[in-house]
Amino acid sequence: MINKKVNSVQEALDGVQDGMTIMLGGFGLCGIPENAIAELVIKETKELTCISNNAGVDDFGLGLLLQKRQIKKMISSYVGENAEFERQMLSGELDVELTPQGTLAEKCRAAQAGIPAFFTPAGYGTEVAEGKEVREFNGKPHIMELAYDADFAIVKAWKGDEAGNLIFKGTARNFNACMAGGAKITVAEVEELLPAGSLDPNEIHIPGIMVQRIFQGEKFEKRIEQRTVRQK
Amino acid sequence: MLGKEEIAKRIAKEVKDRFYVNLGIGIPTLVANYVREDINVEFQSENGVLGMGPFPFEGEEDADIINAGKQTITTLAGASFFDSAFSFGMIRSQKVDLTILGAMEVAENGDIANWKIPGKMVKGMGGAMDLVASAENIIVAMMHVNKKGESKILKKCTLPLTGVGCVKKVVTELAVLEVTPQGFKLLERAPGVSVAHIIASTEAELIIEGEIPEMVID
Repeated sequence: MINKKVNSVQEALDGVQDGMTIMLGGFGLCGIPENAIAELVIKETKELTCISNNAGVDDFGLGLLLQKRQIKKMISSYVGENAEFERQMLSGELDVELTPQGTLAEKCRAAQAGIPAFFTPAGYGTEVAEGKEVREFNGKPHIMELAYDADFAIVKAWKGDEAGNLIFKGTARNFNACMAGGAKITVAEVEELLPAGSLDPNEIHIPGIMVQRIFQGEKFEKRIEQRTVRQK
Repeated sequence: MLGKEEIAKRIAKEVKDRFYVNLGIGIPTLVANYVREDINVEFQSENGVLGMGPFPFEGEEDADIINAGKQTITTLAGASFFDSAFSFGMIRSQKVDLTILGAMEVAENGDIANWKIPGKMVKGMGGAMDLVASAENIIVAMMHVNKKGESKILKKCTLPLTGVGCVKKVVTELAVLEVTPQGFKLLERAPGVSVAHIIASTEAELIIEGEIPEMVID
């Protein structure tokens, strides 16, 4: 067994430097690596390019990094829930690359899978296609998209083991499973870190080879963005 | 003139037995409440779930189980979870039978705009561009006119596009329109709304053939 366990979030994020490109998992606030984000705030790492489907809310998730002006550029598909984000974007302080969600996911997966580029119909005929190669397949135009090239991927899983194997829960799998292994170094923060052999190999979503460092998060707030319920 | 719930009710009639359906945020989400109970349908949410159920009972919410609108949800028997790349894989490969989404503008050639108002509102396209570029069967739920009374059913979209030539049907508070190679065809009118009212509220030309029936809502 090749042990990937590190003992702290500080150790997990060792080597994260100003100006780096970082993938961060999560959809909205669901499945975000909240302990690692809190540590990035403490580290005061600046000029970051963040690849993340969303940008958090004003006071949680990536919103915390935005408040401290640590992000130079955001690559996201939807940023509607964050007033500070919108302000920084419209004023030109923040560079934003809006990307169709499926394309964003596939650009992560392509990096994970060692595929430099792919063709997708998403965005053809729109602003997203500007400057991109177009080719027709089966009579339908597609645009070429490139795999991401990131320094770190920071993902969050439900359970993990010391070998770096990951299991996600519910819809918290989202971009976490696409980003793991898609950067030079992948850091996984898990709710529960178990000894190797504790997880059934049949149940693993992401094998440990995709993860360089794994740690158990100290606490998880797991904030809910839209609490919708029905009456009994 | 229909309210949002009634637009959803009318669209629910387009949902057929054994359909996998993706519902956008807003009016489309309401459609799930009105699908006939004697047919089998599975709802897909692009953040990674098939077999979405209703909202959870109070106290049973799970932060790890949400829909693409970030609302807490439940799952039904037969449900599954998957990652975002896989989710859009099933969308691009047309496994999803019906996509219902909102729009700010729709044009007579089937173009749709729903993600950006330059200089004003930039929330992003989310999964809409992938959905409209891939789906065969796209129904738009929207308001026919904006708050100023100006038509959102246009000859040509004025806002940045989400997709080109993709919309098949539009259901608004006033009418059901089909997008044909010749342009918008008026299929149905909302109860109590005249054809003249619909023409006056529509910037695009309408193809009108014979008597236009009233929508059946319930």
